[in-house]
Order: sequence, then structure tokens, then C-alpha cells
Amino acid sequence: MASEKIKTFTDATFKNDVQNGVVLVDFWATWCAPCRRIAPIVDELADKYEGKVTVAKVDVDENPMTGPNYGIRGIPTLLLFKNGELKESIVGLQTKEKLTQVIEQYL
Amino acid sequence: MSTDRQVIIIGSGPAGLTAALYTARANLKPLVIEGVEAGGQLMLTTMVENWPGYRDGIMGPDLMTELRAQAERFGAQIIQGDVSAVDLSKRPFRIQVENTAYTAQALIVATGASAKWLDLGVDKKLSGRGVSTCATCDGFFFKGMPVAVIGGGDTAMEEAIYLSKLATKVTVIHRRDSLRASKVMQDKAMSMPNIEFLWNKEVVDIKDLAQGKVTTLVLKDTQTGASSEIDVDGVFIGIGHVPNTALFKGQLAMHDNGYLKTHDGSRTSVQGVFAAGDVQDHVYRQAVTAAGSGCMAAIDAERFLSGTLHESHETVEAGL
Repeated sequence: MASEKIKTFTDATFKNDVQNGVVLVDFWATWCAPCRRIAPIVDELADKYEGKVTVAKVDVDENPMTGPNYGIRGIPTLLLFKNGELKESIVGLQTKEKLTQVIEQYL
Repeated sequence: MSTDRQVIIIGSGPAGLTAALYTARANLKPLVIEGVEAGGQLMLTTMVENWPGYRDGIMGPDLMTELRAQAERFGAQIIQGDVSAVDLSKRPFRIQVENTAYTAQALIVATGASAKWLDLGVDKKLSGRGVSTCATCDGFFFKGMPVAVIGGGDTAMEEAIYLSKLATKVTVIHRRDSLRASKVMQDKAMSMPNIEFLWNKEVVDIKDLAQGKVTTLVLKDTQTGASSEIDVDGVFIGIGHVPNTALFKGQLAMHDNGYLKTHDGSRTSVQGVFAAGDVQDHVYRQAVTAAGSGCMAAIDAERFLSGTLHESHETVEAGL
């Protein structure tokens, strides 16, 4: 069950959505098994960094433009933005520790 | 939840979950640490047509959901998380998961195997940017584009067949002149009009790292040494697997290729530690053999805990 703290971003507003502060975006799809595995970790991160990091998801089926715009050719991929600038692109399954380490660098 | 357990199982593929099912039914209240690749390799497959009992096949992820629910029904506890370290030098064994240390009187290792990469360096750097080891995960991004599949086994054929429905053209690149894949998979792949085969070719470079995407594969002919190039937007690697045994280096005996050594059923070099599934099997590597060996490990662990392992093996030998 997805955390209520997680936002949903779309192709239409993506650029604006990542402008402020630290934003972590999870690109996923319903048919992507590894995405289902990383989802609970993303949920935990949203809880842990509430108020510090905006955590969002993009469904690549419904929003086919944004991922490829950032060179994404596989999911799950997490992008981390700081004030609109792409800082990290994290591909594939990751542990919570690994993701925590990456996020902490930008807080 | 107690962190001191009778049985801990590391891994949640068919081996780990079958071991969980059997140890749960033996009332050992097993704890399964599912790992970052939870569900194992079947989570990345589509239709599984060789799991007995499903005459029409079953989707890999659905099969894992069933196995998981079946183990839980009998009391297996399954936790998310990845084991970061183990200490098998004395019993109870210690298993570190993030900030929590667990102990176990018996340990079943079912950590499986993961897709092998090319060893070019560039392939990992372009992972998620056009290089993939999972067609069902990433094929979506290559609709209407040409792609390549590297390998000649069942994995490579399954990837090629899946991708042929999305990509304009799938080129299978294999370093030999014949496939190692099963006949049924070969026939399926060969019958697809947009799958082509390049024989005796090895991928020696992937371009273009500077652009952060895949544009071209540089190939070398394994017979003549001649080099050539092929333009693709994506490349899928299906050249086999490596066992997930890094955690156990220096603690459990391994073969030269990194697979765990087992003897007398599922016993490893450490008493009380048992291994099941692909982590100890580089020969059969089937879901059903993994499940079978998970059952063996569970029975061996159960007998070990009740102090009868040695005896039971003697009985078996006497019976032969």
C-alpha cells in the first residue's frame, strides 16, 4: 500500500514539479516486477524524509515522455533532483541503505 | 517478532519458499529474509510452462505469489531486507539485516543467482540506459526500435521472443555457431520473422557512453577476428548467471565458479548450514529443481535440529 505522502507526477507538469528542494522520483509500471519490490522502500523513504524530500512516482505507461527525456531505458529507475537540477539517476533494485546514503548527500 | 530463531532462510525464490513451506509445516517457525531481488529470477520471467501441475503454464510472478502465500499459510514469516553480513563461525549463526542482528540454530542459504554481465565495464555503466538483463522489465522502452540480444541459451531465446513483439527487429548475437537453448525455445525463436541470428560474434564494445545511450555494438568474429558494427537502441544480455555467494566467502566452501559446495543432500561445509537452489546448482537451474532442493534443505535442517541428521543419512545409505 503506497504511502499517502507520495505524490504522482505526470508528463504535463513534471518540469515544474521538480523545481523546489530535493525531489526523488520513482519511475515504474504495473507490469514491472522489480518496481513492485522497490515500492515499499520508496514508501519508507517518503515517511523517513517527510518535509525534507518530496517523493513522487511516475507511471511510465501513462506518462511515456518524461522517462526517455532523461535517458531512462529501464525501470525501476529513481531520479533525484535538487532545485530542478538532475543530480542522480539510480537504476534497478537498491537497498534502503544505498538509497538513504544517496539522499543524505543532498540534504 | 523474535530475532532468535530455529531456522532462518536467506532468499525467497522457489528454493527459499519451498524450504519455508516445509520448515513451517514442521513447526520450526522459519524466518525468511527475502532479499533485494525478492521472489528470485522467476519474478523477471513471463510464462512458465515447465512447472508441473500447470498444464497451460503460469506467469512467473504469479507462481511466486502462490508459493509465498502457501509458506505464510503455515506460519513462515517473511521480512523484506537484504542480509549485509553473516557469521557462521559458531552456533547460533548470526545474520545481520540492516541494523538488526538475527540468530539461527540452522541456516538455509537460498540466495540464488543473478544475471551475468559482459565484463566490459561499459555495459554496467549503460545499465538502464539501453543495456538490460531483463526484457520483461525494460522491453517497453524499445517499442518500434531495433535491439540486440546477446547469448544462445534459453534465457536469451526467451528475451528475444518477448522483444520480437515490441522491437522492429531483434538480432541475436551468439559467440558460437549453434544455440545451447532447448529445442522448443530455438524453434519458437527461429519462427519469428523479425528475429535474426548473428553467429560466431562477440560483443567487444558498446557505444555511446558519452551520449549516455546505446547506439552501436562493436562485434568481433570469433573465427576470423574480423570486426563489425551493428546499430541498435537497446541490448539485452542473456549469457548466464553468477551465484550470489559473496556473503559467504571464506565461510562456506565453494567451487571455483563461486557456487556453494554441498554434500550428503544439502549440507554445506559448515554443520547446520544448508544450501538450496541455484546458489549450489550450476547444472540444472530449474524452478522445479530449486524447489526440490529447498525441500531437501528443509528436511535436512529439521533432522539436524532434532539431532538425527547423521542417523537418518546412515539409514538412507543402509537402505540402498
